[in-house]
Amino acid sequence: MAYVGIVLISHSPKIVDGTKDMIRQVIKDVPIETAGGTDENAVGTSIEKIQQAIDRANNGQGVLVFYDIGSAQMNAEMAAEMTEAVDVRIMEAPLVEGAYVAAVESGMAKNIKEVADAVTKAFS
Amino acid sequence: MELNAQDVVAWIEISNEYIQANKEYLTTLDQKIGDGDHGINMARGFQEAAAKIAEQNYTSGSDVLKDTAMTLMSKIGGASGPLFGTAFLKLSTAVKGHDPLDHETFTNGLEEAVNGIKQRGKATEGEKTLVDVWSQMVDHFKQEADFNADKIAEEAKAAMERTTDMTATKGRAAYFKERSVGHVDPGSASSYYIFQALADVIKKEGINHGLCWYRAHFPQS
Repeated sequence: MAYVGIVLISHSPKIVDGTKDMIRQVIKDVPIETAGGTDENAVGTSIEKIQQAIDRANNGQGVLVFYDIGSAQMNAEMAAEMTEAVDVRIMEAPLVEGAYVAAVESGMAKNIKEVADAVTKAFS
Repeated sequence: MELNAQDVVAWIEISNEYIQANKEYLTTLDQKIGDGDHGINMARGFQEAAAKIAEQNYTSGSDVLKDTAMTLMSKIGGASGPLFGTAFLKLSTAVKGHDPLDHETFTNGLEEAVNGIKQRGKATEGEKTLVDVWSQMVDHFKQEADFNADKIAEEAKAAMERTTDMTATKGRAAYFKERSVGHVDPGSASSYYIFQALADVIKKEGINHGLCWYRAHFPQS
């Protein structure tokens, strides 16, 4: 079964690792990949890390991207533009809660549009 | 006058020197209204960019700008990475195929760069960001027929200083709201150094051109 993938981006690796742990308690099968911190794991974000996380999270169903603040959004947009042939959507939702909702919905084998709509609806 | 690939290399190298020399100052500015990493991030990004372009023998200014852009995007690590990276990437694309670079081509490229920054950062003039310097430079370049080193430096500095009284509504400084008033925007300060570096290159080029003319007319001297 191929699920819609989820990428978590934060300035701090600890934030995305913790968020992933929380979701994994409940949702086991959905691909969840993290891109936390800079290439040196300092506070910041990295386009390359984000791109790699998107590639890992993708198994043909597309990828939803969640971010925290500031440069994370711009770097997510650039990484998404550079990643061809994958349906990548950057979500406007709180990182933790948004990713949680997305993981649950994706786990029900919904398509990327259904998962994205569910997230948007939950936080509008 | 025109800028060849070596002039563009010199532009990036001198920008790097200014940013390294003012790394602490940029960080101090950012500590007041941001997350305090601007100086460190810019210094790292420009150091890597200068090192990258030093390895190659360029024949096109556009290629120098492209390598600079890609390095800044991947090495800066904060919001400045995508913003300054986009600026140089748009400039690179706009001037591709024009070597050496004349004033008109550069002006068009600069306009593309500003549009890129605005789009990437969803920002416009008056929001206490680097847009306030870059946009002012486009206005200045459009008014002039040729590169004018002193005016470029002067206009960039004035544009940077005008951000002092602005209230930030974009980026990390926006969290500080009215507390952001009274401080120069760090991204604008870095942008000023980049245009000061451009002015330095143009000035040096001007002297070189003058020398060539002098030697051509007075070969015995």
